[in-house]
Amino acid sequence: MALLDVTGLGISFGGLRAVDNFDIHIEKGSLYGLIGPNGAGKTTVFNMLTGVYKPTDGTIVLDGENITGKKAIQINRDGIARTFQNIRLFKELSVIDNVKVGLHNDYAYSTLAGIFRLPSYYRQEKAMNEKAMEILKVFDLDGEYDYLASNLPYGKQRKLEIARALATDPKLLLLDEPAAGMNPNETKELMETIQLIRDKFDMTILLIEHDMKLVAGICEKLTVLNFGQVLAQGDTSEVLKNPEVIKAYLGDD
Amino acid sequence: MKNMSKQLKSNLITYGIVIVFYLLMMILKGTGNLSSLYRGLLVPICVYTIMAVSLNLTVGILGELSLGHAGFMCVGAFTSALFSMLLRDSGMNSIVRFIIAILLGALVAALAGVIIGIPVLRLKGDYLAIVTLAFGEIIKNVVNVLYVGRDSNGVHVSFKDAASLNLLPDGEVIVKGPQGITGTPNDSTFTIGIIMLIIVLFVVINFVNSRSGRAVMAIRDNRIAAESVGINISKFKLMAFAISASMAGAAGALYAHNLATLNALPKNFGYNMSIMILVYVVLGGIGNIRGSVIAATILTVLPELLRGFSDYRMLIYSVVLIALMLFNWSPKILDFRSKYSVKNWISKKRDNKEEV
Repeated sequence: MALLDVTGLGISFGGLRAVDNFDIHIEKGSLYGLIGPNGAGKTTVFNMLTGVYKPTDGTIVLDGENITGKKAIQINRDGIARTFQNIRLFKELSVIDNVKVGLHNDYAYSTLAGIFRLPSYYRQEKAMNEKAMEILKVFDLDGEYDYLASNLPYGKQRKLEIARALATDPKLLLLDEPAAGMNPNETKELMETIQLIRDKFDMTILLIEHDMKLVAGICEKLTVLNFGQVLAQGDTSEVLKNPEVIKAYLGDD
Repeated sequence: MKNMSKQLKSNLITYGIVIVFYLLMMILKGTGNLSSLYRGLLVPICVYTIMAVSLNLTVGILGELSLGHAGFMCVGAFTSALFSMLLRDSGMNSIVRFIIAILLGALVAALAGVIIGIPVLRLKGDYLAIVTLAFGEIIKNVVNVLYVGRDSNGVHVSFKDAASLNLLPDGEVIVKGPQGITGTPNDSTFTIGIIMLIIVLFVVINFVNSRSGRAVMAIRDNRIAAESVGINISKFKLMAFAISASMAGAAGALYAHNLATLNALPKNFGYNMSIMILVYVVLGGIGNIRGSVIAATILTVLPELLRGFSDYRMLIYSVVLIALMLFNWSPKILDFRSKYSVKNWISKKRDNKEEV
C-alpha cells in the first residue's frame, strides 16, 4: 500500500472548481513531482493535503489513516510537513530556534517546567539542542545557528524552512517550489540536499517545481496538473515526452 | 552553547539593574536623603514596571496590541482589596494576608484574561486593539456600579446601590460603587514591590526562553507556518494573554494596598493608564524586557522631577518623550551611540594598553 493515497480530491471556491477529481498515489521513500502551469491548482492541492483548506470531495489517506478534513495541526502530528512557496520563517527567532519550534511536539515539557526551570526543562532543552544541531548540520547551517533567520541569505532561508519541516519528524514532506528564486548553483546544491534528505531520513517527498531541470533530475514520478485536473501521470521521462504536457507548457503551435 | 551564555548574561544584567536600584534606594532612604515625595514614588515605580513588563509580554512577545491592560490591573486591585478588607479584622498576619491577596488578584485577573481572551484573540491588529480598549472600559465601569457589603449573614453583592444590599444593622458596606473601597490596609512596601518585580521578570524571561515562549513568538512571526509545524495557536495565544493579565492583576494588588482609598477612575484604570503603560513599552523597545523596566522607572519619576516647571510640566514631558524615542530608534543616533558607547570605549582603552 502506498504511503499517501488521494482519490477523487476536489475543491470549489464558490462557483470556481479549483481542483477536480485529483488522484495521486505515492509510494514510501519515493521522490514525486507535481508540476503544471501557473494557476493549475498545485498549491491548492498542497493546502488541502495539509489541512489549510477543507476539500469538498474526495479522500486523503496517509499511511492507512484517513486524514480528510482534519485540522492543520492534527495533520502535522499525523505526519505531513511542508514548506511554503513564499518563505514563511519565524523571522525574529534564531536559526536554531526555528528548528526547535519544529521539535515542539516531540519534546513536550510543560509551561510550568519552563518557567520554574524544573529538571525536565534542562534535560529536554539539551536533547532539543542536540537534535536541532544535528538537523542543521545536514543542511550545512550549523555555523549560523545563532543568526536571526531573517539575516540568512535567500538560499539558506529556503533550506532552513526544509529543516524546520523535517524537525517535526514527518512521514511525508511537501516542498512548494523549493528552487524558486535560486540561481543555477543554488538549485544544484538544493537537488543534492533533497536527495540527501530522502536517503538519510528515508523520507517520502512530494514537490511542486517549475524548474524542469530539477524535476527531471530528481523526481522518479510526476503528476501534471492543468486547470485543476490531472493531465498526465507516471514515470518522469515518459510524462515529460507526453505531447499533451508539452502543449500545456509551451502552448499550441 | 554560546548563545545560551549570552542570553544568561543579558538576563543577569536585568536582574542586577533591579537589585542595584533597590539597594541604592534603600541606602538613600536609610540615610535620609530621599524626600517624602520620592519615597512615595517607590511603590508606584514597582507597579508601573510590573505593568510595563507584563504588557510587553502581550505586545512584544505575543505581538498583539492590547489597549485594555489597565482593566486587568483594576480586576486585581479590587479583588485583592476586597479580600484584604474581608479579612482585615481576622487577626491574620498582615504579610501572609497580603501575599494571599496578591495571588488572588493575579488569579482572578488571569481568569478575566481567559474570558476576555477567548473572543478577543480571534481578532487581529487594529480590531483586537479596539476590542481590548472596550473591555478595559467595561471592567472599569462594572466596578463603578459594584456594591459589596458584609453582615453576620455573610457577603452581599449588588449592582444597583448600597440600600439594595439589604444588610442587617451590624453590616458594613465594603465596596461602595463609585466611591470604591476605603481603608484598605497599607501593606505595600518597596521591598515587596521589588520582590514582585523580580518574580515577574523571572517568569517572563523564563517563559520567553522556553518551549511555550518559542511557540508564542513563532505564532507572532508567522501564524500559518506555526500551524504547519503543529503548534496549537489558540492555546498558546491564550496562555500568553492570561499570564500577562495575571501579572497586571498582581500589579493592581500592589497598587491597591498602597492607597487609603481605591476607586476606579478614568485616571487610574481607564484607557489613559493603558496608553501610558503602552508608552513605557514602546519607548523601552517592543519585546525588550529590560527596556520596559528602565523606561517605566524613568517615566514614572519624570513628572515629579519636572514639578518645578509647574504649568509647562506636561509640555516638557512630551518633549522628553519625543527625545527619548529618537534616542532609542533614530538610525543616525543609533550609529552615533554604537560608535561612542561605553563598551567600545573600554575595549579601545584595553587595546591601547596592549599596544603599549
